[in-house]
Amino acid sequence: MLEASNIECVRGERTLFSHVDFRLDGGELLDLQGGNGSGKTSLLRMICGLSAPANGEIRWRGELIGKLGEDYRRELCFLGHHNAIKEELTPLENLLASAKLADEILDAGEALDALEIVGLAGREDLACRYLSQGQKRRVALARLVNERRALWLLDEPYVALDAAAVELIAGLIGAHLQRGGLAVLTTHQTVNIVAGSVRQLRLN
Amino acid sequence: MLNLIRAIISRDLRLALRRRADLVSALFFFIIVVSLFPLGVGPEPELLRKLAPGVLWVAALLATLLSLPRLFADDHRDGTLEQLALAPQPLGLIVLGKVLAHWLVSGLPLTLLAPVLGIQFDLSGEALWVLAFSLLIGTPALSGIGAIGAALTLGVRGGGVLLSLLVLPLYIPVLIFGAGAVDAAVIGLGAQAHLSLLGAMMLGGVFFAPWPTAAALRIALE
Amino acid sequence: MGNKLINIYRFASPQAFYPLAGKMIPWFWTLAAIFGIAGLYIGFLVAPTDAQQGEGYRIIFLHVPASWLSMFIYLVMAFWAGLGLGFNFRLSGMMASALAPTGALFAFLSLWTGALWGKPMWGTWWVWDARLTSELILLFLYVGFIALQSSIDDPRRADKAGAILALVGVVNIPIIYFSVKWWNTLHQGSSVSLTKSPSMAVTMLWGMLLCALGCWMYSIAVALMRVRSIMLERERHTDWVRAELAEPGEHAGQE
Repeated sequence: MLEASNIECVRGERTLFSHVDFRLDGGELLDLQGGNGSGKTSLLRMICGLSAPANGEIRWRGELIGKLGEDYRRELCFLGHHNAIKEELTPLENLLASAKLADEILDAGEALDALEIVGLAGREDLACRYLSQGQKRRVALARLVNERRALWLLDEPYVALDAAAVELIAGLIGAHLQRGGLAVLTTHQTVNIVAGSVRQLRLN
Repeated sequence: MLNLIRAIISRDLRLALRRRADLVSALFFFIIVVSLFPLGVGPEPELLRKLAPGVLWVAALLATLLSLPRLFADDHRDGTLEQLALAPQPLGLIVLGKVLAHWLVSGLPLTLLAPVLGIQFDLSGEALWVLAFSLLIGTPALSGIGAIGAALTLGVRGGGVLLSLLVLPLYIPVLIFGAGAVDAAVIGLGAQAHLSLLGAMMLGGVFFAPWPTAAALRIALE
Repeated sequence: MGNKLINIYRFASPQAFYPLAGKMIPWFWTLAAIFGIAGLYIGFLVAPTDAQQGEGYRIIFLHVPASWLSMFIYLVMAFWAGLGLGFNFRLSGMMASALAPTGALFAFLSLWTGALWGKPMWGTWWVWDARLTSELILLFLYVGFIALQSSIDDPRRADKAGAILALVGVVNIPIIYFSVKWWNTLHQGSSVSLTKSPSMAVTMLWGMLLCALGCWMYSIAVALMRVRSIMLERERHTDWVRAELAEPGEHAGQE
C-alpha cells in the first residue's frame, strides 16, 4: 500500500540519507530508528507530503502521493513533534476543533470519552496552558482514539509520556494495526506492540 | 466547503477572544497614531479636514500591519499549521477562512472606530459615512494581501520589518482609492468611482490572494 | 521532442551553464561598450541642442533607457522566477536573484537622473508625477525581493519565496501604475506635468535606442557574472565546483 523507493534527503548541503526503500501493507508497522539528526522526522514529513525528497518517489496504493493530493491526505493522520494544540483552548475544544479541520465527524460525547481514555477526565474544561507537558501530549494523542484513517504517521509519540500512557498508546496503535491499518513511527525506545508485524528501518 | 471556512473562523475568533490584549493594543495603536497628527500639524480645522482621509487610512494600514505577523506564526509554532496543510481540503480555502477571521478582529473594529476619530478631524457627516464604508470594503483587501506577506516571512529572520517592506508597496492602490473616496466626499465630489474600484480590490484581495498565500505556506513548511 | 527536453535540462543545470556563461560574458561586454559608445556619441555630439530645454535634456540618454530597463528586468525576473517555481529548474531561481540588483540599480538611476533632469527643467527635484511615483514603487518592490531572498538561509526556499513575491508583484504592477496615474490626475493642481515631452528629432531617438541596447547588453553581462558567482557559492560542495576552483578557466573559457 505504501511504497518508498530510493529516497534521498538533503538538508542544506548535507545528504542525511539516500537509497532508502521500504514497503508497508495493511496491518504493518514501520519503526523508524536512528540517532538525533539522522533524518527520521525528515523522512516522516516526506511520507506526509509536506516536503519533497531530493530523489526517489513515494507511492500510496500504487500512485505518487504528490498526484493524489487531497485523496491521500484524507487517508493519513499525522502527529508531529509539536502537539498542534492551542494553549488557550480546553482539551475538549482542541479535540473538537482538530476533528472539524480534518473533516471528521466527532460529537462532544465521543470526544469526552476519548479524553477519559487517555486519562484526562476532569481536565476537559481547563485551558491547555495549565496542563503538564505529558498531559498536553495526551491531548494530542486523544485524537487517535477515534481515528479510523488508514495511515498513521507518528513522530515520537511516546515523548513526555509516563509508562502507563506509553502502554495505552501502544495499545491504540495495536488496535489500529489489527483493523488493517498502517503506521509509521519514529522512536528512541523500543515499545512492544502486540498486534501486527513490525518492520524496522535504521537511518544513520 | 462553507463548513470548513466556518470552522476556521470560529476557531480563530475564539482564540482571539481568549487573548483580547492583542486585539485591543492594535486598536489603541490606531487611536494613538491618529491622535498624534493634530498635535504634530496644529489644530486648524481646515487643515485637519484636508489631512483626515490620508491620516486615517495610513493609520489603518499600519494597525493592520501590526497584527499580521501573528496571522500564521502561532499556528506555525505549535504545529497546527502542519495539520492545516495536511487537511483533506485545499489549503487556499483554509487561508480564506483565516483571512476572514483576521478581518473580523482587525479590519472590522478599525472600521467601527474610524468615524469616531473622524469627528476629531472635523469631518462632515457624509464624509464620515464614506470613511466608514471605504474602510469596510477596503480592509478585507488589506487582510488578504497582507496574508501573502505574512506567509512569505513566516519563520524568517527579522520577519516583522520585512513584512512591512513587502506588503506596504502592495497596499498603495488600496490606500489611494480608500483615501481618495473620503477625499472626494470631503470636497463634495461623488465617491462612487473610488468605492467601486475599492470593491474590486477587495474581491481580488480576498479571493485570489489566498492561493499564493497557500503556496507560500507550503514552502515555509518544507 | 524528448531530445530537446533533455537538452533544456542539460543547459538548465548549473554545471553546464557555468562555462557557457563564461564564454558569453565577454561578448556581451563588447556589445555593451559598442552600443553605449555609439549611443553616447550620437546623444552628446550629434543630436541637436533642444530648442526649449538647452543642453540639460541630454540626461534622457541615460534616464529613458534606465527606466525602460528597470521595468523590463522586473518582467524577466518574474519570468525566470515563475519558470523556477513551475519546473523546479535550479538555474531559474539563480537567474532571478542575479537580475534583481541590476533592476534595482536601474530603478534608482532612473529616479536619480529624473531628479537631475527635473531640477533645471522645472525647478524642482521631485514632483509626484505618476511615472516618477510608479518608478519609486518599483524600486520598493525590488528592495522587498532582495530583502526577502537575503533573509532566508535555505537557497531553495529563498528562490521559491522570491518567485511568489515576484509573481504577485507582476500582477500588481499594472494595478499600482493605473491607481497612481489616476491619483495623480486627481491631485494635479499646481504641480508640473511631465507627460508632454517635446517632439523628438530622429537622431535623438537613435541615440536613445542605442543607449538602451547598451544598457541591455550590460545588464545581461552583469547578470551572467553574478549568476556565475551564485552558482559557485551554492554548489560549493559539489565536485564540479571543486574542480573549477582548483583549475580556474580550464572549463570556463575566457575569464
